[in-house]
Amino acid sequence: MSDVKSVMIVGVGGQGSLLASRILGNVLLSQGFDVKMSEVHGMAQRGGSVVTYVKYGKKVYSPTVETGQADIIISFELLEGARYLSYLKKGGKVIINNQEIEPMPVITGAMEYPKEIPAKMKELGIDCSIVNALEVAKQVGSSKAVNVVLMGALSNTMEFDEQVWLDAVKQSVPEKFLEMNLKAFTMGRQLAL
Amino acid sequence: MNRLMLGNEAVARGLFEAGCKVVSSYPGTPSTEITEYAAKYEEIYAEWAPNEKVALEVALGASIGGARSFCAMKHVGLNVAADPLFVSSYTGVNGGLLIAVADDPGMHSSQNEQDSRHYAIAAKLPMLEPADSCECKEYVKKAYEISEQFDTPVLLRLSTRISHSQSNVELFDREEHALKDYKKDPAKYVMMPANAKGRHVVVEDRLAAMNEWCETSDLNAIEWADKKIGVITSGVCYQYVKEALGDKASVLKLGMINPMPTKLIQEFAAQVDTLYIAEELDPVIETHCNNIGVRAIGKKVFPLLGELSQKIIADVILGEKWEGKAMAEKLPVRPPVLCPGCPHRGLFYALNKTKVTVFGDIGCYTLGALPPLSSIDTTLCMGASISGLHGFNKARGEESAKNSVAVIGDSTFMHSGITGLIDIAYNEGISTIIILDNSITGMTGHQQNPTTGRTLKGDIVEKVSIEKVCEAVGIKRICVVDPLDVKALEEAVKRETQVAEPSVIISRRPCALLKSVKHEKPFTVNTDKCRSCKQCLKVGCPAISMKAGKAAIDWTLCVGCNLCKPLCPFDAIEAHKEEK
Repeated sequence: MSDVKSVMIVGVGGQGSLLASRILGNVLLSQGFDVKMSEVHGMAQRGGSVVTYVKYGKKVYSPTVETGQADIIISFELLEGARYLSYLKKGGKVIINNQEIEPMPVITGAMEYPKEIPAKMKELGIDCSIVNALEVAKQVGSSKAVNVVLMGALSNTMEFDEQVWLDAVKQSVPEKFLEMNLKAFTMGRQLAL
Repeated sequence: MNRLMLGNEAVARGLFEAGCKVVSSYPGTPSTEITEYAAKYEEIYAEWAPNEKVALEVALGASIGGARSFCAMKHVGLNVAADPLFVSSYTGVNGGLLIAVADDPGMHSSQNEQDSRHYAIAAKLPMLEPADSCECKEYVKKAYEISEQFDTPVLLRLSTRISHSQSNVELFDREEHALKDYKKDPAKYVMMPANAKGRHVVVEDRLAAMNEWCETSDLNAIEWADKKIGVITSGVCYQYVKEALGDKASVLKLGMINPMPTKLIQEFAAQVDTLYIAEELDPVIETHCNNIGVRAIGKKVFPLLGELSQKIIADVILGEKWEGKAMAEKLPVRPPVLCPGCPHRGLFYALNKTKVTVFGDIGCYTLGALPPLSSIDTTLCMGASISGLHGFNKARGEESAKNSVAVIGDSTFMHSGITGLIDIAYNEGISTIIILDNSITGMTGHQQNPTTGRTLKGDIVEKVSIEKVCEAVGIKRICVVDPLDVKALEEAVKRETQVAEPSVIISRRPCALLKSVKHEKPFTVNTDKCRSCKQCLKVGCPAISMKAGKAAIDWTLCVGCNLCKPLCPFDAIEAHKEEK
């Protein structure tokens, strides 16, 4: 069996999952792994369901992750975590941001937003941690920092030193927002999982 | 130095390293970033052309002028550029010419999933297909060598998973290539029948020479492992095959997809027990195998539609089922939507209310087709809103024009809307055209176009005036409306559709995602005043929903555009206290 590990970052277009994946990618590259990431651009980005795959190991072939393959799913939004749950490997981990963004079929009243998603995941025997990244992001001064807060939370489940992550944040965000993002990362890392 | 790079960025890096001098493209997902990254290199002149046909002609002209040149587009862009493509096969090149075309299997962001490999075969041009970012860069360099060695344009086929995946790339310095001499050569570059007859012979001879050459090219390679299973594959499918099968199969990876080798494939086929062909979309490799008498299993077991994956390969070839635990309940889908604060949402709200037939076009505004706005009747290809509506009105008569409009964005209008408008003006049409001018090419991620007043490199230039273009082609009724003024918009649509002459309504307000657009404080709902009438939900804004029976506005999404506020009959929408 190959040593390749897979992380999925899922959320809603506009939540900043691209930046998050690039931080993670830079962490992994700095640790000498072969890394592949697959991103979504274009139409799907416009408020749609967005998924980014990050894979690393000695040698990575496919840039995508398939059902039953993901070691970690980090979800920026509750419904999107539920949507991609089947991608989780047996024994994998879900980190889910406790935020609801209603999709159009819910807004128009055609469907209901699913209730108690984390509880239902736990009922299925899934290792699932809920974090309140939006609350933390507000504390650091911008609702847009949710992505970096979540990378902080994710960093707890991976074996790399904090400094490696902080360097990757520095590499990935514009100078102007660096201080805020470093704070967002540090506070995210302090969240209990 | 090593870096993680998008396939598209790696193509641009390849252009830099290969000494490319001129790049001209039109944006289109998933190809757009190639040209954006190429523009960052000072050594490369890079521009956005108004459409792919112009872009390819610019690149071809630069090649005739002796420069290594380049042009990128999405698969449907190659349809637009097909005219110069086919003839450039006859003229050949002077400086190397490379054309990148990015297919979109699975239609992540496209109106169809055509297979561009057919173009290479039809135009008798070589086509390379890289399988990761590293190959994206290396194949660009090889493509220029092939282009100059065989005097031919070369196609580089990408796909969404190659263009938009990142992997490790090693960087090298730029290798300068001096401009080649330009010599007048009508027999090569003036394609009238007498000359073209001579050039067709050259094309066939070249194809025969490349047929021979590709048998031993290192672009095609066999990786031997267990010989019970053999797979012929290319591009991203190679990665799926390797991940799913590992050393359980031998693999022939084709880096050159046209022409394809004969002897190499026959030799590979002879040494494996069962031969599969793993390719996305059409059976192009499979057809070649059939033609050369190699029996292989392809589309009989693999899907014609959508993308392949390691999961499909493992299922089909090994009979393995990869599954994970799923939620029991049916989950609501999350289709893309017009952004919160999109200034042009109000237009679709107004069109839906007035129940007119709407001929739509490509770009963000296609999203006006989705509920609750549900206002678009047709979307085909770039520019087809204007010409299509003209045909519809000619077929159904004057009355139909009173109840129908076309909607098109500013960049799409420049791309191929203008010619449709000329048709209307010239052929006594009476259609009503609405041009939604958001001052940018939106859907592909904010590219400049002739109406924005900036070039790809950031230079400030004279804007093409949409009004003056419309006027110049013979449209007399032209008005400009602010789409946030829904009432004025409704009046303009009612007025212009009723007159028996062609008219253009320009709905003008910049994209809410532009950095230059200042956002207001988000709105909030005063739940004491809200009577749950759901009037505000009709604009289809993703920031507005019902929470505990009352309307609610998500402050993280709302940009304070003020479209919903005047629609509330009870004045329940108020400014939010908190800044974002």
